[in-house]
Amino acid sequence: MHYFELFDIPVSYDVDLNAINTRYLELQRVVHPDRYAGKSEREKLLAVQKAAEINDALAVLKHPVKRAEYMLSEKGKDIRAEQQTLQDPMFLMQQMELREALEDLPQSNDPEAAIEDFEQEIKLLDKQYSAQLSSQLSSDDDAQLDAAADNIRKLKFVYKLRDELARIEDSLFD
Amino acid sequence: MALLQIAEPGQSAAPHEHKLAIGIDLGTTNSLVATVQSGEAKTLTDFDGSAMLPSVVRYEADKITVGQAAAAASAEDPTNTLISVKRFLGKSQAEIEQSYGQLPYEFVENNGSLAINTLVGAINPVQASAEILKSLKERATASFAGEDIKGAVITVPAYFDDAQRQSTKDAAELAGLNVLRLLNEPTAAAVAYGLDSGQEGVIAVYDLGGGTFDISILRLNQGVFEVLATGGDSSLGGDDFDSALVAHFKEQTQINDLNNSELRLFINKAKACKEALSSYETVNVGLELRDTAHTVTVTRAQFAEMVMPLVKKTLRACRRAVKDADVSHEEILQVVMVGGSTRMPVIREQVEVFFDKKPLTSIDPDRVVAIGAAIQADILVGNKPDSDMLLLDVLPLSLGLETMGGLVEKIIPRNTTIPVARAQEFTTFKDGQTAMSLHVLQGERELVDDCRSLAKFSLKGIPAMAAGAAHIRVTFKVDADGLLSVSAMEKSTGVQAEIQVKPSFGLSDDQVAQMLKDSMSNAKEDMQARMLKEQQVEALRVLEALEASLSTDSQLLSDDELAALRSEMQKLADLRETAISPDEIKTAIEAVDAASSEFASRRMDMSIKQALTGQSVDEV
Repeated sequence: MHYFELFDIPVSYDVDLNAINTRYLELQRVVHPDRYAGKSEREKLLAVQKAAEINDALAVLKHPVKRAEYMLSEKGKDIRAEQQTLQDPMFLMQQMELREALEDLPQSNDPEAAIEDFEQEIKLLDKQYSAQLSSQLSSDDDAQLDAAADNIRKLKFVYKLRDELARIEDSLFD
Repeated sequence: MALLQIAEPGQSAAPHEHKLAIGIDLGTTNSLVATVQSGEAKTLTDFDGSAMLPSVVRYEADKITVGQAAAAASAEDPTNTLISVKRFLGKSQAEIEQSYGQLPYEFVENNGSLAINTLVGAINPVQASAEILKSLKERATASFAGEDIKGAVITVPAYFDDAQRQSTKDAAELAGLNVLRLLNEPTAAAVAYGLDSGQEGVIAVYDLGGGTFDISILRLNQGVFEVLATGGDSSLGGDDFDSALVAHFKEQTQINDLNNSELRLFINKAKACKEALSSYETVNVGLELRDTAHTVTVTRAQFAEMVMPLVKKTLRACRRAVKDADVSHEEILQVVMVGGSTRMPVIREQVEVFFDKKPLTSIDPDRVVAIGAAIQADILVGNKPDSDMLLLDVLPLSLGLETMGGLVEKIIPRNTTIPVARAQEFTTFKDGQTAMSLHVLQGERELVDDCRSLAKFSLKGIPAMAAGAAHIRVTFKVDADGLLSVSAMEKSTGVQAEIQVKPSFGLSDDQVAQMLKDSMSNAKEDMQARMLKEQQVEALRVLEALEASLSTDSQLLSDDELAALRSEMQKLADLRETAISPDEIKTAIEAVDAASSEFASRRMDMSIKQALTGQSVDEV
């Protein structure tokens, strides 16, 4: 897997964020465009491309959902561009309820406390859906990978909720 | 052995020779230039010993004045004396009127590019900014006995959007400066502060200037300055605090219909009053106009109340930046205050309350940005090859595309580390469709109307196919200056779609080229000769850089490859001497560039391998 190789870290869903950050800085020290300010246009361009690639790899490796999607796509199942296909009525019902609760947040008596509670709830869901990803993504078994895909889809919902919460928080205090 | 080196005049320079590079803080109110000399960064002063150049340009029939002399004429000649033009860079007339209310200028707009009518004609903010840069450039050249300036780092507010950055770069080009990098002001301040103090860990830089506000959260770690998040408001600064006082003066004097000259008087008095309030509890302001002497008394508490909405606005941006940086308030070890406006006690108090620690006010808030820029310029120009300083900055505002229903789809979110490249795929929705248009926006809001329009692109030459069959991959690239470029390709055929860029604000490339041409013919310079000279310098730079790379890494090439590259280099070296048209040299440079592409790529791969193994080449 290219991004893992680029950062010279083991291919695993469980990553060592410290190691990633250290590698990242080591890499940027040699490829950053500032190192190529006096060089030819070709080298400058190459530096921008390489630095951008490393930045992108960092973003993917650090982000739980992006990392999972990337690993899955490297195993031949690319779900990054798919339209929503999740079919789990229980889960969708729960999401709808959470969305409604989120929309009511600004009207609650103590929005700040409500936001905090909601954050906790999101964290729990995050844990719940990412718990099995490590073993599922290390497998080459089709059923395991499909299960991983479903978990990732659910995680995406959770992260969307998180973004939405941040947006509401912004609008609330701006 | 005799340490003697013989070089033909104008030929290759010794590699360790010190090159003059400058850092410029192009401010709303004041601008500065600094350079590193004998290892120490210093701001350069004018003949009066003053480092700060008021960012004021006055246009008279026969001359252009910049700085203090221009500022002194502001009330007497308000319409031809351009002040705070930085606030107008990359903006439309409507935006300026909405943000700043009454201004003593007559704006004109054509093709989306804004200008101010003066007695010498319409002057756009890029041209006025170029005059300020020229003045600083002359100061630097004069300080070093006419030595050529090899390159400049120019600072911009971190929260400047693409149009504002591009306008700044255009101004530098007009001023004849080789821009090594656009550097974000708070990052520049962090560099100067971090290197000086040896501070490690997370810091916040609160930068309130004359017209802009930035907050950046950075992690400092062994020479690495990593911006974690940035936020701000590119039209909030000291000028707005002055406006609050002007409103107060109007109310107290009962004069609401100020003419341009009176308005400038009020603004100048407001600025003086604001500054005095940093030292005194109460200030009496004398306003003499229309044969009446008015006195308005302002207390520090009154002023604090007047400007509290502005202060709160900055703190909201701080809150969001801290959140985006994903750090806690306790992790922030130091809050560095930058920009002249942070001298206001109300700012210091409120920032202290917000971050729950006393902000650092011991560094000179006016000079620190220029100093940081000079340090980076010194490194970029190649004076410190062993420096391990690394600046990792971020995109301040999300980039997106207009989608159905006037909504914006984000392609690159704010606070993404730059440089960055992201691709997005689009398809045609009609049979035989050969063109499509894209609208690029910058901002955080969901609706197109609430974001800043950067450019409208039309992709042409898409091969005619059935609806939905063409897959157009649009790639957005943001370079280390924070500048955006867009390219597009139809995937199945590999056809590169032609892109027409129409900047929504600021100047088009053609306009900049024309202005450059005009400025040269005015100076009676031979355009062709200047371009030839530029290409000769560029050719030398390319050859020297390659020669240096080959001297260490030529083993990466096979004999044949090396011979092929050498042959192109020789051709360029010859043409550099004999060519009479700049295009000839340009073509030869491109040929060398192409011939060295594989070499460059292998060198980079080797550097990456070395970085990861931590070994030197010899050990591999």
